Parts: sequence; C-alpha cells; structure tokens
Amino acid sequence: MKSNQSLTRRKDPAWIVWALLAPSLIIMLVFTVYPVFRSIAFSFTKYRLGMDAPEFIWLDNYQRLLKSGTFNKVMVNTVVYALLTVLPSMIIGLGLALLVNRPGKQVGFIRTSYFYPSVMPMIAIASVWMFIYMAQNGLFDQVMIALGFGAQNVLSNRNTVLPAMALMYVWREAGYLMVFYLSGLQAINAEVLEAATIDGATGAKCFRHITLPLLAPTSLFVSTIAFTNSFKLADHVIIMTEGAPNNASTLLLYYIYQQGFTNLNYGLSNALTVIMLVLLLIFSLPRFFSQDRKIHYS
Amino acid sequence: MENIKKYSITALSVLLALMWLIPLVWLVGTALTKASFNMSFLPTTPFSTENLEYVWNTIPFGRYYLNTITLVVVTFIVQFFTSTLAGYALAMYRFKGQALVIVIIFMQIIIPNDVLIIPNFMTLSELGLIDTKLGIMLPFLGSAMAIFLLRQSFKTIPRALAEAANIDGATLWQTIWQVYVPCAKMAYMSFAVISVSYHWNNYLWPLIVTNSVENRTLTVGLAYFAKSKEANMQWANVCAATLIIIAPLLLAFFILQKQFMNSFVSAGIKE
Repeated sequence: MKSNQSLTRRKDPAWIVWALLAPSLIIMLVFTVYPVFRSIAFSFTKYRLGMDAPEFIWLDNYQRLLKSGTFNKVMVNTVVYALLTVLPSMIIGLGLALLVNRPGKQVGFIRTSYFYPSVMPMIAIASVWMFIYMAQNGLFDQVMIALGFGAQNVLSNRNTVLPAMALMYVWREAGYLMVFYLSGLQAINAEVLEAATIDGATGAKCFRHITLPLLAPTSLFVSTIAFTNSFKLADHVIIMTEGAPNNASTLLLYYIYQQGFTNLNYGLSNALTVIMLVLLLIFSLPRFFSQDRKIHYS
Repeated sequence: MENIKKYSITALSVLLALMWLIPLVWLVGTALTKASFNMSFLPTTPFSTENLEYVWNTIPFGRYYLNTITLVVVTFIVQFFTSTLAGYALAMYRFKGQALVIVIIFMQIIIPNDVLIIPNFMTLSELGLIDTKLGIMLPFLGSAMAIFLLRQSFKTIPRALAEAANIDGATLWQTIWQVYVPCAKMAYMSFAVISVSYHWNNYLWPLIVTNSVENRTLTVGLAYFAKSKEANMQWANVCAATLIIIAPLLLAFFILQKQFMNSFVSAGIKE
C-alpha cells in the first residue's frame, strides 16, 4: 500500500483528487445518499395528494403500517418469496456450476442455455411466463392436465401465486448465480483435490469436506446478491398480477410503487422505503465481514 | 466406471439445458408462426411474419428503439468519463476523506436504484426533469460498479508507467487517457457489457419517469402493450413484441457468451 502514496511524489495538488471524484460523487450524493435521508425525514410526515406541505406526525406512519393487515401480508409475502427463491437458486446454481465445470465446446453451449435468462429484461420474462401459467390453455396447465392433476390456474390462486412466480425467478437467477460458483470452483487449487483423492477420499467426501468449505466465502457473497435481487423485484408483479388475488402476490417494492404512484401517498411510501432500506442493510451485512470481499472489490 | 459417470453428467447437463430453453423456444416459435387458438410448445401452424408485422405497426417500436439506444449509449459515454476519473483517483491517491468516499460508493452498491424510486422521483420533479431522457439517465451517471471495476484494473498497472509518462512531461490528463485507459481494456469491456445490459433491460425507473411516447423505452412500451386490450390473450403478438425487444441483447450474448459471463462475475452486481 505504501507505493500508493503518490500524492506527494507526483506533486499533484490535493484538490485534484476531489476534482476527479466530483462528477461521480455529486450524482451519488444526490441520488443515493440524499434520498436515504429524505425518505427517513418524510417517513415521519403525513404527505399525500392534495396537501400543500407535509405535516409532521412523528411515528404515525409506522404505527399505521404495523396495524395494517395488508402491510403484514406484504412483509410475509416478501420474506416467503425470498426464502422460495434465494436458497433454491443458490443450490441449483451450484449444481449447474458443478455440471459445467469442465472445458470443452459443447459445455459453452450448455452454460449459455443456463445463463441466457439473465440478459432478458424481467418484464419480457414475465410477459412470456404469464402465458405459460395461463389457465387451461397455458403450457403449465397443459402439463398438469396431462399428468392428471387438472388445470391449476396458478396465478389466480392465493396459495400458488408466489411459488409460481418463485419458480420463474429461480429459472432466471440460477444461471446468474452459477457463474459466481464457476469462478469460485476454478479458484480452488486442483492439487488440494488431487491430494485428497490420492489419500483415498471419494468424490462425495471431497465435495463435502473440501469443495463446499472452500466455497463458503463465495456462498456468503452470492447469498447477499440473491437476497438483494429478490427484495428489489416489482417488475413481474406489475405485468403478471398487480398483486392479485387479494394482495397474495404483493411484494414490498410493488407496494411502495403502489402507495407512491397509484395512491399518491408520499408519507407512507417513504416509510415503506425506510423499511426496505433496513431489510437491505441487514442482508448486506455479510458483505462487510466477508473475507471474499477483497476478491470482488479491492 | 469413469466413463459412465462422465456420460451421465453430460446427459444430465444437456437435459437441464433443454429444460432451460423451453420458454425461449416457445417464445420464438410462437412469435414466428401464424397465431393459433391453442397454445402448444412447438409450433403447429406455418411460418409467418404476420405477428411481427402487426406489432411493429401497432406499437411505435421505431421510436422506442431510438429512445432505448440513445439512453444506453449516452449513459455509457458519460459513465465512461465520470468512472474513469473517479477510478483513477481512488487507485492512485491516498487522501483525507477517502474512507467516506468508499462508504458512499458502497451505499450505491447495496442500495439498488429501484428501491429509491419515491424520494428520487420527488427530487426529479423538483428539478423539472419528469418525462425527459436526462431524468431517466441522471441517477446512473455516477456508477459505483464501474468505479470499483476500473480502480481494481488501474491498480494492477505498474506505477513505473505513470512515472515515466510524468518524466516525459505528460500532464495528468494525458496520463489518464493515454496511458491508463488503454491498459484497462478488459475492465472497460466488462463495464460496457454490464452497463448496456442493465440499461437496455431497466424498467421500473423509466416507467415512473416517462409519460409520453417520445421518451418511453422498449421495456416500458412492451409492458404497455402486454397489458393493453389489443394484446389480451393474443400471446402470438406479445411473443412477437417480446422477441423484438430482447433480440439485440440476446444475439450479442450468444455471440460473446464468454465475455458476458465473465463481465457479470467481475462486476459482481447488476449496478
């Protein structure tokens, strides 16, 4: 790090550094830092369509939310959706990575097939899956009917709408997480595995006692990405259900969007934003303690 | 025994790949054949460009394409400048306040822009930038992802190079653009891939900021169409519209698949 002390060596005046940082910093201050504080401030106010100025109400918005059945439902949905998507897409992502962790031309094609959903917009994916899940005529129901389960109409049923959306999302996310596991696997020293094999360890044992522990930092990092990605989803709800049936598919970000832009309730939607920020902060904490952080950031 | 294991791994991975391709195969097949009353995985009706023609004439796709391309290109060019300068500053100098700068950059990494739609919309309307292209781009013109990526890359460039340039009388500006930038080509490629795919696909923010055809992006246009009466249950048309908006990026990905996947890993985030 000593070699970095070139400020004195180059004899650039100190303001140079701030001039170089300024364009990026100004944007970040205005659109990342300021809005966080702004949300906190407005979350203590009553401010909705037709009001000239916000009115300070201290914690009323939060108290109202805690008592609201809809809000509780939304929080449960958000957590359930995260649980249904994060672990399955991590496990499948790791499984896919193990399957394609070898050189070769056809492997490239296979990796491509797993990863391509990540370069499609969520809105396009939702438009396509909406028809796949269509009642009776949709591909999913056709398979269900053929298997003797009958038409499910999954998007209209409050018990199946979240799992159905989760399946779609796992299909998209698993390939994305796979590439992180691939780079994690490739960083594992082949000699370690070889030595273990010579010592008589079988494939399963090698995986459990060597590969998996060595992948722990990758998994930790991947889990923070997966949680963040799952919390920031609203696009597919707008296209597929708009929260129906009866808010069974309303996720937190969609609720924020609805309160802010349909109900034009800025006080309440800012309180929801603060709750979202707390959620993101909690699930990003592992990033700060992770050893792996160095590999990815510094 | 070894061979059996190898073949079963290959068979399983191919089987899964085919499963993963089902939605794409259905989408492309449906978009490019005559509309049918019954949905089927593989097309049963003859090839036709009817659906594509219908949606191309119904939706102002030309306009939307132009808007999205403008946004993607201008955003990238501005990010290229802002992130190069900031990345260089963080790679080369130690200074008072550095920790604070890192914290601010980290904030952008853990807080996705979509989460801040409410307060940012308020700011944007105070700036009078609702329904403008600048409004869509503005929050993204300083990119934490790009800064980290470039800083990392600049750090690996031998310092002697900068010192030699300095001795030869190069200004700081020349050192950055003529010595450092050309040495970090790979990082710029990754950053370009991530930036372009993010902004091509971005939906929520452009949806909120725009309210006219003049500024709407491809994704916003698709969503409007998919929810409109004309599209109701017309899956052939929605598939055709979807194909039109995903085709460029998907083709680029199929050609440059390795570059794409490496870029997503090295960025570690989708902005």
